[in-house]
Amino acid sequence: MIENIDISLVDWSRAQFALTAMYHWLFVPLTLGLTFIIAIMETIYVRTGEEEWKRITKFWMKLFGINFAIGVATGIILEFEFGTNWSNYSWYVGDIFGAPLAIEGIMAFFLESTFIAVMFFGWNRVSKKFHLLSSWLVAFGASLSALWILVANSWMQYPAGMHFNPDTARSEMLDFWQVLLSPVAANKFLHTIFSSYMVASMFVIAVSGWYLLKHREKLLSMRSIVIATTFGLIASLFTAYTGDGSAYQVAQIQPAKLAAMEGLYNGKNGAGLIVFGILNNNDNDRDEDDITMKIEIPKMLSILGYRNADAFVPGINDLVNGNKEHQIVSATEKINQGKIAIDALAKYKEAKKLNNQQAQDSLQKVFEENYKYIGYGYLNDPKSIIPNVPMTFYSFHIMVALGFYFIFFFMLVLYLAIKQKFENKKLILRLGILSFPLAFVASMAGWIVAEVGRQPWAIQDLLPTIVATSNIDASAVMLTFALFAVLFTVLLIAEIKIMISQIKSGPKGGSHV
Amino acid sequence: MFETMSLLHLQQYWWILVSILGALLVFLMFVQGGQTFLYTLPQTLEEKKLLVNSIGHKWEFTFTTLVTFGGAMFAAFPLFYATSFGGAYWVWLIILFCFIIQAVSYEYRSKPKNFLGTKTFDFFLFLNGSLGVILIGAAVSTFFTGSQFTVNAYNLSKWQHSLRGLEAAFNLTNLGLGLGVFFLARILGLLYFINNISNENIYQRAKAKLLPNVIAFLVFFLFFLISILLKEGFAYNPQTKLVSMEAYKYLHNLLEMPLVLGLFLIGVVLVLSGIIITLFKSSKKGIWFSGLGTILTVFSLFLIAGFNNTAYYPSVYDLQSSLTIENSSSSKYTLTAMSYVSLLIPFVIAYIYYVWKAMDKKKLDMDELSKEDNLY
Repeated sequence: MIENIDISLVDWSRAQFALTAMYHWLFVPLTLGLTFIIAIMETIYVRTGEEEWKRITKFWMKLFGINFAIGVATGIILEFEFGTNWSNYSWYVGDIFGAPLAIEGIMAFFLESTFIAVMFFGWNRVSKKFHLLSSWLVAFGASLSALWILVANSWMQYPAGMHFNPDTARSEMLDFWQVLLSPVAANKFLHTIFSSYMVASMFVIAVSGWYLLKHREKLLSMRSIVIATTFGLIASLFTAYTGDGSAYQVAQIQPAKLAAMEGLYNGKNGAGLIVFGILNNNDNDRDEDDITMKIEIPKMLSILGYRNADAFVPGINDLVNGNKEHQIVSATEKINQGKIAIDALAKYKEAKKLNNQQAQDSLQKVFEENYKYIGYGYLNDPKSIIPNVPMTFYSFHIMVALGFYFIFFFMLVLYLAIKQKFENKKLILRLGILSFPLAFVASMAGWIVAEVGRQPWAIQDLLPTIVATSNIDASAVMLTFALFAVLFTVLLIAEIKIMISQIKSGPKGGSHV
Repeated sequence: MFETMSLLHLQQYWWILVSILGALLVFLMFVQGGQTFLYTLPQTLEEKKLLVNSIGHKWEFTFTTLVTFGGAMFAAFPLFYATSFGGAYWVWLIILFCFIIQAVSYEYRSKPKNFLGTKTFDFFLFLNGSLGVILIGAAVSTFFTGSQFTVNAYNLSKWQHSLRGLEAAFNLTNLGLGLGVFFLARILGLLYFINNISNENIYQRAKAKLLPNVIAFLVFFLFFLISILLKEGFAYNPQTKLVSMEAYKYLHNLLEMPLVLGLFLIGVVLVLSGIIITLFKSSKKGIWFSGLGTILTVFSLFLIAGFNNTAYYPSVYDLQSSLTIENSSSSKYTLTAMSYVSLLIPFVIAYIYYVWKAMDKKKLDMDELSKEDNLY
């Protein structure tokens, strides 16, 4: 099926996708959250008729526009990159994965691109109410776009509603609703958008805090902080709630990811959740739990993963070597079954060429019996099912710690804002500015947990990343990696410089040369 | 409703939909065409601002249509998506780079502290409007001239030319369509400026630039058209599924599909009508005639490429690896599910029409620009 595997190509293809996706994700959370914050502000303007609210709305809209443009620029490559760099993957799952992407275009992108023109250029051309509707439609469209791409991503983590067709040699959709409404998709979508709303809220708080420290734009800043903090607090609580749901789902469908998140090598009943700890040996060949300065909440991992304080949580060694007591099949056995499935598929193809129906039927049976682990058949080393533990472990703990930090931060700021004590609390204002980059760190860490933690799989258990690439020279991907790195960095510098300049100018002017 | 359709009918339905998207994309390239005039059409900074803001209000439509075209191809014809994008790597990557730099250029070009300077962002717009458009035209032309790739029994593809798609630009027929689309985009850009901007100087200069671009367009497009109509085409046998070369295949397709021939001829007449009424009757509505004509012409070209038992993405390296709408599509279930989603398209077109009309009811002039908070 696959002629040869070029590990250098796989690594560079992964690096390029990671680079472009992470650059894109610098801008998406702001787009997702700011659209709602702006729509809320404009709603207040339309309801009260107060010009100051219009000015506030327009100011944040200006910053939103700068961010949105580069978000669009960095986003286009991701859709086409599935084809350019992951063409085997594109054929293998295009029947399922392509649909959400097309729906995203039809339902969400046109909604955004059409009404964003009204948002920016329609103040003097359409009625107040139509303009407000447009702002809400842009917010709705942005989150709708996130829904479809996250449905696609979730399907890669939990391939539901499909079967494998040996004649076309690809996965095919059996039930659209199972793909769309899978619990993983619902949870991932909500967790991602609520965490993005948090990032955008922190942006508004940081910019407003800077104005207050400079004794500028007091009314704009105070009003913006109240809205952003309320929005951010609600979002952060939902982020925590859906994060709990994510942990539960990961335990059920991606146990190796959960083990890596917790650095758990030897499974146990009533496993505790590590709040803080340092991995002593940062390589994947460790074979026992070895975490120093460990602070642990007893039994919490079992509760999170299985809703049972005494449940057994498998460790990496259990998943690699198997555990008969807990009916865990070893990776070696899965690899063997996978190889049987791959071999049966090849022979099925030969039988079909020879028009041997009897052989086809029996080989299809063998294939279907072993298909569940077909992806393992491309692996040779049982330990290759282990994701990068240190990266997953630290990213997970950084994300969770920052998630709780933001809940407390939003609570504190909202309390001070309600008591009208905010503007004089310089420490809090400075903390707000310093915390804004931490919101990005938390968001990026979440994606690292999701994507690094699911390795070696492009499609969980069915298609390893090493066989998903295009048939292309590694040198070509190295070159495009370098080009993207340079181009996106230059554009990021431009974006940051423009953004800072516009913030310094404030809402009153200086928007153009 | 769609469940009762056969797989072949669903494949044809989706080829029609991607053809419509492709046709709309070429029409909306008036934005790209307009971008190539930023150095030569305006004589003052104000005139340049009028041009940039006129097309700047529309660039996202073109961009979104391109992305949706890609998504629809992925969903409906994933083997094309995997083969072409993974194979013709460099040509698609260069096209994507051209669109990446476009997306930031409008918003950033006139902002203070924009790091690269206005001239760089204007050059980005020029590059997008020229190189990006020519390469898209050349890439689409390979639907008729073929590419060098193989597809194995597992439907995994391998490109066989070391230039990874860039070789398309060295074929005269491909270059003919690439340059034809480039000059067509420029014509549409001029017609759009004439329609959308209320400024006598811009109007006169745009009108004066129309004729040379029309001549260039006709030369390149007719060269492409005559080349493909007279050449052998890639036919496939619906029973055996084998691909073979057939003399005058695309001419036969036109003649054997009278409706497509009719649409093609009406399209050509409308494109020329839009130009003629602008040049000789001083009408400012030429964009709508030429725009509709462009949509019909490009739509019919896509149908000639994919219908009537024709391999729409042929391989000249291995004929039997050629892609047809039958062997490259998604499953019946997916096409059916997607077809229900496609029912939203008329609704999408309706709100785009409504918003476009509302936003353009007053022509753009310096007075209008002075009221804008967000200028490009």
